[in-house]
Amino acid sequence: MTTTPARPLREDGPPTVRPAPSSGRPVPRGRAARRAIPLAPAVVLLLLFMLGPVLWSIWGSFTNASLSGRAASEPRFVGLDNYVALLSDPDFPNAVWLTVVFLIVSAVIGQNFLGLGLALLTATAPKIVRSIVATTVVTAWVLPEIVAAFACYAFFSSDGTLNTLTASVGLEPVEWLFAYPLASVILANIWRGTAFSMMIYEAALNDVAPEITEAAVIDGAGGWKRLIFVTIPMIRNSISTNLMLITLQTLSVFTLIFVMTSGGPNQRSSTLPLFAYAEAFGLGKIGYGTAIATVMLLIGAVFSFLYIRVLKPGDTA
Amino acid sequence: MSISVASPRRTVSRGVASAVLLAVAALFLLPLAWLVLASLDTGASASLAMPEQFSLANFTAVLTPGQTLWPLWNSFLLSAGCAVITVLAAVLAAYPLSRYQARYNKPFLYGVLFGTGLPITAMMVPVYSMFVRLGQLDSVPAVALFMAATSLPMAIWMTKNFMDSVPVSLEEAAWIDGASAMKALRTVVVPLMRPGLAVVFIFVFIQAWGNFFIPFILLLSSHKQPAAVTVFNFFGQYGSVAYGQLAAFSLLYSLPVIVLYVLVTKGIGGSFATAGAIKG
Repeated sequence: MTTTPARPLREDGPPTVRPAPSSGRPVPRGRAARRAIPLAPAVVLLLLFMLGPVLWSIWGSFTNASLSGRAASEPRFVGLDNYVALLSDPDFPNAVWLTVVFLIVSAVIGQNFLGLGLALLTATAPKIVRSIVATTVVTAWVLPEIVAAFACYAFFSSDGTLNTLTASVGLEPVEWLFAYPLASVILANIWRGTAFSMMIYEAALNDVAPEITEAAVIDGAGGWKRLIFVTIPMIRNSISTNLMLITLQTLSVFTLIFVMTSGGPNQRSSTLPLFAYAEAFGLGKIGYGTAIATVMLLIGAVFSFLYIRVLKPGDTA
Repeated sequence: MSISVASPRRTVSRGVASAVLLAVAALFLLPLAWLVLASLDTGASASLAMPEQFSLANFTAVLTPGQTLWPLWNSFLLSAGCAVITVLAAVLAAYPLSRYQARYNKPFLYGVLFGTGLPITAMMVPVYSMFVRLGQLDSVPAVALFMAATSLPMAIWMTKNFMDSVPVSLEEAAWIDGASAMKALRTVVVPLMRPGLAVVFIFVFIQAWGNFFIPFILLLSSHKQPAAVTVFNFFGQYGSVAYGQLAAFSLLYSLPVIVLYVLVTKGIGGSFATAGAIKG
């Protein structure tokens, strides 16, 4: 071994010169730090207003902070008291249950399936029909949330459009927002959010190569078989991404329910955001409300984590 | 189209599909149609009905400085402030993420993506008590900064993707001419990605304009509140007696975001309609 190669060959041994396989040359520490300077404004904002509230939430949930009185200016550390109170509060499991029902029925079933159905049907429909559907469905989604909430409130209210429609076929009027508060806000959330799923699925279906579905037709696969065995597996990634996104969005729906029923009557549409709001700002129990917020942040964090696993952004980053 | 054997069955199923679609569209239209018809009807109720006489009286009634114009101006200040801060911070952050391979890139982008998933609604209680402690309650700049932070994760992702599509070779020419990285960003990269930045700006603006919960909790003085909150207060005071005016006010407040949305999808954005489509 007298003729040692000047440089280690990449194929033979570990690349001793290259610290990171992706970068060209090793970057000196000083320059790497200087290059990161433009990140500073974003990092400061995110630390202060995103990480800050999360940490504040965890800390605040161990105090007896309140909206007014002595505990407002000098909150005291109370340990796990808020969480113990939460577990013995019958309204808490009620709020969790309503949140789960609201999530599953309005987002996972309602928005997701209606969005997929509309995307599949519009793919074959005449252009004029397609644009009518797109305009109405997307307008409901583009409207500011408070306006969408009023439109839904009016629709379901006792002298609203729904009762006018049912009266025209001879049915008695129903106080929808009092008799069926959860069903009303679920329908409202489907009305408001379906456009998002529809657009995600339209984009996904556009990417399915027509040769593949044509091949399935030639093999004798009918409409339903083609949908279940060819189309759905091909847009699998869009389905999981969409499910995660609409779940996260629906988890934080507040304004729609707040305007339509404000969580009532009798807590019957009080999902976790409404419950946290009522405890913290209605009853002034900031510490207790913060404990509920911390539980919600934890649920959001779990979904967000799953969502990142599904998306795997490392492939593009 | 290429399979002509099944064509009679195809036309039938296409007809059924169209009928189903139009029925769904009609259901979706009902609440929207109420909004428009009620705004033109001085005797509007909560139910969809043809006005006996079309009139713009509801609009003239609410189009007063105190009722509509001032809150809309507040909305504009808050949303534009939030969007400017967001786009500036996102462009600066996207540059090193897009141009250099650094160890912090991946964890940073993962962290940011994780942030997009956190429910902002859940943060409102802790943010309220944090703002009380910092003495920033009722401060418009602080609220704009908070809203900017909540839209930053999505904005950084979108901006980085737009920036990745600007070829590095153009910048290298500027570097050779002696320009610093920041100068190259300002004079070469930003002008080239102007349409992309417009899309990010408009999406952040639309989100901020439509946000009700954040200003509702953090802004207390009525003269600072944006239209989202004053629409709500109007509803609390006169809602059930003046549906027509409520609808007119709501439409005036919704119009800017509808125009901006059409602008993005039809004009500059094209396929980006869903790229940043996350509601707050």
